[in-house]
Amino acid sequence: MNSAFLVRRLAGLLATLFAASVVVFTVMSVLPGDPASLMLGTGAREDTLAAMRHQMGLDRPAVWRYFGWIGGLLVGRLGTSYTYDVPVAELVAARAVVSLPLAVLAILLSTAIALPVGVTAARFRGRVADTLLMGAAQAGVAMPNFWLGLLLILLFSVGLGWLPASGFPGWEAGVWPALRTLILPAVALALPQAAILARVTRSAVLETLGQDYVRTARAKGVSERVALWRHAVRNALIPVVTIIGLQFSFLMAGTVIIENVFTLPGLGRLMFQSIAQRDLIVVQDLVVLLAGSVIVVNFLVDLAYMALDPRIAAGR
Amino acid sequence: MAKHIGASAFAILLALTGPALAAKDTLSLGMVLEPPHLDPTAGAAAAIREVVYANIFEGLTRIDAKGEVQPGLAESWTVSPDGLTYTFKLRANAAFHDGTKFDCGIVKFSYERAVAADSVNAQKGFFEPIVSTACPDPATAVVTLKRPTGLFLFNMGMGDAAMVAPNTAATNKANPVGTGPFVFKRWVKGDRVELERNASYWGKAPALRAVTFRFIADPSAAAAAVFAGDIDGFANFPAPETLDRLRGDKNFAVVIGTTEGKTILALNNTRKPFTDIRVRRALAHAIDRKMLIEALSGYGAPIGSHFIPTDPGAVDLVGVYPPDLAKAKALLAEAGIAPGTEITIKLPPPGYARRGGEVIAAMLEQVGLRAKLVPVEWAQWLDQVFKNSDFDATIISHVEPHDLDIYARDKYYFNYNSDAYRSLYKSYVEATDPAKQLDLVGQLQRKLTDDLPNVFLYALPKIGVWNAKLKGMWTNSPIAANDVTGVSWAE
Repeated sequence: MNSAFLVRRLAGLLATLFAASVVVFTVMSVLPGDPASLMLGTGAREDTLAAMRHQMGLDRPAVWRYFGWIGGLLVGRLGTSYTYDVPVAELVAARAVVSLPLAVLAILLSTAIALPVGVTAARFRGRVADTLLMGAAQAGVAMPNFWLGLLLILLFSVGLGWLPASGFPGWEAGVWPALRTLILPAVALALPQAAILARVTRSAVLETLGQDYVRTARAKGVSERVALWRHAVRNALIPVVTIIGLQFSFLMAGTVIIENVFTLPGLGRLMFQSIAQRDLIVVQDLVVLLAGSVIVVNFLVDLAYMALDPRIAAGR
Repeated sequence: MAKHIGASAFAILLALTGPALAAKDTLSLGMVLEPPHLDPTAGAAAAIREVVYANIFEGLTRIDAKGEVQPGLAESWTVSPDGLTYTFKLRANAAFHDGTKFDCGIVKFSYERAVAADSVNAQKGFFEPIVSTACPDPATAVVTLKRPTGLFLFNMGMGDAAMVAPNTAATNKANPVGTGPFVFKRWVKGDRVELERNASYWGKAPALRAVTFRFIADPSAAAAAVFAGDIDGFANFPAPETLDRLRGDKNFAVVIGTTEGKTILALNNTRKPFTDIRVRRALAHAIDRKMLIEALSGYGAPIGSHFIPTDPGAVDLVGVYPPDLAKAKALLAEAGIAPGTEITIKLPPPGYARRGGEVIAAMLEQVGLRAKLVPVEWAQWLDQVFKNSDFDATIISHVEPHDLDIYARDKYYFNYNSDAYRSLYKSYVEATDPAKQLDLVGQLQRKLTDDLPNVFLYALPKIGVWNAKLKGMWTNSPIAANDVTGVSWAE
């Protein structure tokens, strides 16, 4: 492996993280809205608001607050939420145990559906199977996930009563009771993602199928199956992995609508609530953590590139 | 948009089963908003009170389902003839959930904490009239006021005046410890708060063994949770478009009540053209309140002043400015307002404002006013409209009970400025004779209708939906609360 490549990537990632922290802090500082008055409402007196601002540490200068925050982050202290009055780390951990499994479940499901569908469609290009599969994918792309979520609730929760319509009992309630609340949201998230991924897979495989080396492989007499899977699909995986990486990053924080539909206490809703409540410290921490996770995912995608295509590792 | 699709999806697809019956001594209630924390003495959010009021925390007095003052931790009281000294007889056997005994020392601590320099009590003003709290013996509290305060007993029944103990006051936000019939068990943030029956409660034990408040913000999800039987109901149901379905199902009770939410089109009285009373009256004639209510949830009563029609002392002033487009146009012309004049209406997030704004804009269009609608989030509303009075008009529901005082303040966001009203209000708060109080409260309402600083629209309804076997839920919402101490399941 080329270590210079890795070091270059890592340095870029850290700079990105730092830039993200400055941007989110600045944006949250200039955003109109006073966290103290949100907490105390319209009946509060000026002296009470001042006492609340002091309690929240908002009476200190912005630069001081930024370095206090970033310094804490460097030693792993996320601070205390203004509104909930509990450590942010505790809040984030409680939400991550919902969001992370949901994202993993959704990405596994979407990949498990998309790869066979995309490859099959490419294999039978222009034939009935291709038309049917890509027609379904077209519908999947067009379908908003919250709407799909509502349909799933109506069918499986309200109609059949198999799965709960909303809520999350917590992992301490047992693996199955917790997991079953994640099934419908994971399906709602996975199907539209799978549709996109299937289309990407199909076109990538079609492209490699037309390449010289596949023709050569066929000419050497390998079976159509081997030509397809070992030569065409493997080389088509780079764009597919890129999309999977993007989708996973999206699933970590971009699921707020699905979390609302299924009333799941995930990271997306925490972010949304914190912005509305002007819980500045939580928003800042979340943005940096999510930026960090996107960066890590991108990094893993880079590593996957190297595994898939040795030319990248060699720096060529 | 999600909501509309949800509603039509329900209409088309609902072929469904009744809700599963919960065990007979547990209750799971839905709430739209999650509380920021659970200390009613350190925040204004209604959601805090909707979990803890009367269930976990109690005050010396308590407000009942009709909005009347009842004994709480004080079993009785006497008021001196000058209205300045309140002598409370305290419950002898009350204690906090951690075992701390309740006595006069707690009362003194709680009230003094609320007015301290570092107090973050959202209603510090409630305690401002208090000169001292004295303890002649542990079971008696003598509270002396600076001036007669007609609403004192009511205010001391609000969540802001809950009794808190010195050793737990600082941690009540995350782990509330009160004297109530329910003990806080745990809070799964973003999902639910769980309460358990307090085995050593001083009063009558509640029928329910365990209570869960579930937080479901999305209206479609709320409806689905009710239909699927995930929860037993909502005291304030957010999806009125599904009510027809619920009404047809004998498993559910749909109970429409009133709240203290006075929904108004607030006007900036120092900004043109609203400085001119003819313009303000023209708006009142242009807006058809009945039609507005119909276009929103279909429930709620029109109001003609800043007062809830069902509250004691209410005067019916709805007919003072009847819908009359010709009159509205004439008034505008008289005030020199050219047709096509633009006004900006800032709209906070609730549906009554966002959807109401569109309806009102259409009504104003008919009299030649162009309304520009600007949606804002709460933080922006508080900052721009409430704090800095940077607005032409806004739609807002004032949910605090008995809040005629906001028109008497020196500076309040809509900038109403009337010394006549202020002196009238002063005589109202200082009146100790109930008949005189009622008369003055009527005069205050008339004065507001006459001066019309804001256009008074309608009283927000309380739409309750719950399992038909549930007994003892509040019909109305005189204060923000989900008092479940009297709730039980029918056999």
